[in-house]
Amino acid sequence: MNKRDFLKGMILFFPAGGLLEMAANAAAKETAAPEAAGAQPAAMGAPGAGGYNGEKHYYGMGIEIDKCIGCSRCVEACKAENDVPQEPFYFRTWIERYVITKDHGVIVESVNVKGKAAKETPQEDRDVIRTFFVPKLCNHCIHPPCVQVCPVGATFSTKDGAVLVDKERCVGCRYCIQACPYGARYLHPKTRTADKCTFCYHRVVKGLLPACVEVCPTQARIFGDLKSKASRLTRFYRMNKIHVLKPALNTEPKVYYAGLDGEVR
Amino acid sequence: MRLPEQIKRLGLVIGVLVAAVLVGRFVVIPRSLVATELHQASTVAREVAKPMKFAGTAACQDCHDDVAVTKAKGYHKNLACEGCHGPAAKHAEDPSSGKPPAPRDRKFCPVCHIYDASRPTGFPQINLTTHNPLKACITCHNPHDPVPPKVPQECSACHGQIERTKAVSSHALLACTTCHKVPPLHKTAPRSALPSKPDTREFCGGCHGKDSAQKDAPKVDVSAHGGRFQCWQCHYPHLPEGRA
Ligand code: SF4
Ligand code: SF4
Repeated sequence: MNKRDFLKGMILFFPAGGLLEMAANAAAKETAAPEAAGAQPAAMGAPGAGGYNGEKHYYGMGIEIDKCIGCSRCVEACKAENDVPQEPFYFRTWIERYVITKDHGVIVESVNVKGKAAKETPQEDRDVIRTFFVPKLCNHCIHPPCVQVCPVGATFSTKDGAVLVDKERCVGCRYCIQACPYGARYLHPKTRTADKCTFCYHRVVKGLLPACVEVCPTQARIFGDLKSKASRLTRFYRMNKIHVLKPALNTEPKVYYAGLDGEVR
Repeated sequence: MRLPEQIKRLGLVIGVLVAAVLVGRFVVIPRSLVATELHQASTVAREVAKPMKFAGTAACQDCHDDVAVTKAKGYHKNLACEGCHGPAAKHAEDPSSGKPPAPRDRKFCPVCHIYDASRPTGFPQINLTTHNPLKACITCHNPHDPVPPKVPQECSACHGQIERTKAVSSHALLACTTCHKVPPLHKTAPRSALPSKPDTREFCGGCHGKDSAQKDAPKVDVSAHGGRFQCWQCHYPHLPEGRA
């Protein structure tokens, strides 16, 4: 093959490949036409299931610190529902125990780490001033830094206010894990892609509660739609003094805490 | 003005290149490679299609309405069935596929009800070592309606934290009822009838006033000591001397 043939071949090869794929796609679309009609205009937030319209919702969560008993039912439910690895360092949601001592010490530990769960704690040596549990999870920020940094656009906000990860696009570079100020993400050891809370997206579009909210025995967790005036979350947001985590970062979290202590970071 | 021939040719070449790039970007490269909505939509579709493990309490109650009725009256009325019985979507879809487990031993209930200082005050907590050792919780409590078999006589059954604080204070020997009047309903429906709290300085003065007959209690002149403040604004009654 001489140089001229080679160049000609090159010039034809790439467009031809593209056109072939287009043709293949078109053919595929025609065969799957009825479904495609439902799935196409979806363009996020409207998965076509049961007339659900993502534009009409904007989800958030409320957490009432004074109700959490640190039982971790939520953490276990989340792991079961979302196939989060059982090892005690992979979490989509987790519970922190805060202990504030007289010498201005603040001890924070995750109760989900082995041996730290509630068990008859003898009164600590240090003088405890106050102590409480703080449930944490992805805040589904309105301005999510994790979305900003993703080099391949694999993570994005849906219209209904969930931040999701496309695990087929994610290249596992861990930028988002670094960028999240709340430590809400981890690298899934099986898929090698970033994973995090989805607000149980597959449940909420069907009108069910996220698994953690469903099982919480004290209703310390409240889930709802900020666009609906009648939702429990809207009421919670109205009736309580609300704080969010790290407000100075301007991420605008949508997990709203009532009764949050100033020591909580 | 006449353009030199080579400029025209250059223009033509540039034009062709621009056109090639545009065609490449908008026609040749498949849309699925560049359009964010498409991969976002497919991610959303994938999320929505994920199977559920928790059926939700409403689904359980469809068949187990008898339990629902019992549970609706008791302290556990707000609890989800699957909080204790575990994810049961499979069972809800096909009840013959197996029963969700029912925890029956002494390990499970303490997940919520063991004493833990970080738990909110007033949440019912027990000392597992002294609370009917070795007996399974369900021998006395029905988890669907967990009224204690007998109404708790001791305040400490629920208010363990206060009890422990008071026990090391100079008020250790005072019964709770010395200062709180407890309506009987409080023992069976704690939040619908709250015990009273002292509301005057004179109440503390009953023991601590300089004219009081209580010889063990430290005495102050109630009319002068502490000015316009109430006693419990400085002295926590369950630990009145405070800790250094
Ligand atoms: S909490 Fe972290 S992972 Fe969740 S949206 Fe905000 S930055 Fe992203
Ligand atoms: S289930 Fe509710 S009470 Fe228990 S740890 Fe989670 S948020 Fe707290």
